[in-house]
Amino acid sequence: MIGFAARRILQALIVMLVVALLAFTMFRFVGDPINQMVGIETSIEEREALRERLGLNDPVAVQFFRFITNAAQFDFGTSYQFRQPVSELFAKRIPATLELSFTSALFALIVGIPMGIYAGLNRESPISKLFLSVSLIGISLPTFFIGILLIFLFSVTLQWLPSFGRGETVQIGSWWTTGFLTISGLKALILPSITLGLYQMTLIMRLIRAEMLEVIRTDYIKFARARGLPDRLVNFRHALKNTLVPVITITGLQLGAIIAFATITETVFQWPGMGLMFLQAVQNVDIPIMSAYLMLTAFLFVTINFIVDILYFFIDPRLRVGRP
Amino acid sequence: MIKRTVVIAAAMLAAGTGSAVQAETLKYAFQGALNALDPYSLNETFTLSSLGNAYEGLTRRGADLAIEPALAESWEIIEPNRWRFHLRKGVKFHNGNDFTAEDVAFSVDRVRSEGSDLTTRVPADAKVEIVDDYTVDFVLTGPNPILNYEWDTFYIMDKEWTTENDAVKVTSASDTTPNYAALHANGTGPFKIVTHEAGVKTVYEKFDGWWDEAKHNIDTVEFTPIGSDATRVAALLSGEMDMVYPIPVQDIKRINDNAGTVALTGPELRTIFLGMDQMRDELLYSDVKGKNPLKDARVRKAFYQAIDIEGIKKKVMRDLSNPSAIMISPLLFSKSDEFERYPYDPEAAKALLAEAGYADGFSIGMDCPNDRYVNDESICQAVASMLARIGVKVNLNAQPKAKYFAKILASGGYDTSFYLLGWTPSSFDSWNVLDNLMNCRDESGKGSPFNNGGFCDEKIDQLTDEILVEIDPEKRDNLIAEAFRISHENAYYIPLHQQSLAWGVSDKLDVVLRADNQFKFRFVTKN
Repeated sequence: MIGFAARRILQALIVMLVVALLAFTMFRFVGDPINQMVGIETSIEEREALRERLGLNDPVAVQFFRFITNAAQFDFGTSYQFRQPVSELFAKRIPATLELSFTSALFALIVGIPMGIYAGLNRESPISKLFLSVSLIGISLPTFFIGILLIFLFSVTLQWLPSFGRGETVQIGSWWTTGFLTISGLKALILPSITLGLYQMTLIMRLIRAEMLEVIRTDYIKFARARGLPDRLVNFRHALKNTLVPVITITGLQLGAIIAFATITETVFQWPGMGLMFLQAVQNVDIPIMSAYLMLTAFLFVTINFIVDILYFFIDPRLRVGRP
Repeated sequence: MIKRTVVIAAAMLAAGTGSAVQAETLKYAFQGALNALDPYSLNETFTLSSLGNAYEGLTRRGADLAIEPALAESWEIIEPNRWRFHLRKGVKFHNGNDFTAEDVAFSVDRVRSEGSDLTTRVPADAKVEIVDDYTVDFVLTGPNPILNYEWDTFYIMDKEWTTENDAVKVTSASDTTPNYAALHANGTGPFKIVTHEAGVKTVYEKFDGWWDEAKHNIDTVEFTPIGSDATRVAALLSGEMDMVYPIPVQDIKRINDNAGTVALTGPELRTIFLGMDQMRDELLYSDVKGKNPLKDARVRKAFYQAIDIEGIKKKVMRDLSNPSAIMISPLLFSKSDEFERYPYDPEAAKALLAEAGYADGFSIGMDCPNDRYVNDESICQAVASMLARIGVKVNLNAQPKAKYFAKILASGGYDTSFYLLGWTPSSFDSWNVLDNLMNCRDESGKGSPFNNGGFCDEKIDQLTDEILVEIDPEKRDNLIAEAFRISHENAYYIPLHQQSLAWGVSDKLDVVLRADNQFKFRFVTKN
């Protein structure tokens, strides 16, 4: 077990290093940060001096080594745009992204599971067909388009919900801000969560439907019915339980995706999270923020994968058996 | 947050007992973020415009951009090289400190220090002499008629506050610790910044101790950056925002059709133009080898006459542009009506090309930004197709500004043959245009750093030097006109147009659309 975990950690470290190297190479092609940091009339000498102070003139290897050493100590430098430490900026933005991601995941589960069950049990009913068509839309329409559509329907035309931002937030502790405790905060969550969670919702719905159809055909369900158990018991106690195993795995992995790829939704709704900050950083060649975001995302995925691997170790006995 | 809400509520309660006037909140959005609050760390319109609501300079500009006294009540040139400024008495900073000559001297030092992006606001060799608490002399090494032209955005900081908070050094991107002045503001302006979360929200509150009589009726201002054009417009249409800018030209009709919102448009000061490499002996991106066709004035004029500027205005800019014959906005130069564009005439252009020996045309690479100016990429595409009609094949390379500027400016080694650029003289004066765009330069950019094409006309250089020290306005304008005429006759540049500003505003709001695109809360009334 310990050997297994150690190997996984080593692999994770290598992945992180490769991501760092890739990120670092990429930044050499996104443009010149200096042009974004000064006004257009700044003289060439001043630009050069700034470049020197930022260490952008050092050899690439030196810059990379400096970046890795600092990153290992969670020091990602100072943002070029905001002139504030990147780690502080991220700490301020993380609550917004996490709240949005969890609400989206919750939405995907609460709406997706019942829809999936219904469509699985009544595969011929018109409502099921409607669900399937809706889910096709959810999978094929790009996120930003759904977002803009929702804004124009619910904000501009009906004026029910805000089109941007988090609403009023409440400070909890020294660094967490939440929108869960105010009416405007909750209202502001609705549209972005639907936009962000729609894809996952359709995914879960289709997954459950397929699993249900599969399970219902199995012998033990047939026997259960033959035994005269009520439908409710057969459907929910026996069938649903067995469909949930793959759903839980997928949901776990998708949560990572939701957090990491909230970028588009955050931009459309001006949601003050990490993804929005990342996109702004790309436009302004704010290398410290970009690198920190990429490292954080890589870290998130590596951690989730690591946990999943360890869980498999407990769930799947074959991984344990046959080892000395 | 709870705490702040309580404070605001208490403040409103207090205001309510005094008068029955309702507290007015102005909510507005801009496409970019307000980054650092240090008034010297970025020489950029939006930053300076925002900070200009909290900070003030010795001068300010009115609705029509005319220079007005602000922290200086009056000034005079007592000797050709000595300017005397009489400071306003009784002015308080937001923290209650008095404004004195010490603060002016301090700000001059700070704005010229390392890390400042506004070092050109005060000439490097100028000296500041404090005569008394409310009189300051600027001693120059030569006459300078436009010394105070950019001082409306050279904001005066409180010496005591800055020193106390250890923020004397200008916030620079290479700093490793955050600078107090980057996160807090303490000016003399009509609004104080209460909270500032970069990239999320900035809240201003009316400053009751402002020296001038408030003509606005705004108590609180909330600024939110909204990057997505569609969301920004939606926020205005849904009534969540009182004002948003800029708005895309294609949304103007929609905003006007919507009940309760209007689109304000007006000419901007920025001139959009095309530049050509006239320095290299062989173009970097062309099939003409061994010589540079753009060194020939006939070829440049052929390019000029091949461009259907009215077509661009109508089709690309949807009538929101003013074609221009010179490199500065007509609002900023009195003699601009003496200039007229070469007429659009593809036949004449073809003849000129043939005369220069390129009857069959040639190919050329063109650089263009795609996220910097209004419809920049579409303008370039239009130019490319117009040049194709006279046999010049344009290979367009349109890219985001971060990559574009890195390529075509000095830092990229002026790696371009033909490019589109926009320029607003920050001093609102022609000398700035001549100095930055039209003087000779060497390969590293010494001279006119933004003369990317690198043409060199000694007569213009000489005129630029004369204009710098000429005090008589009439004579000065004649010299400027002469320099612009030389550029026009040689087609060193191809000016295109001044683009338009477009703001989306709720009809409850009275605002002033200033041609420099600065949004000043002191001109706003809400009803």
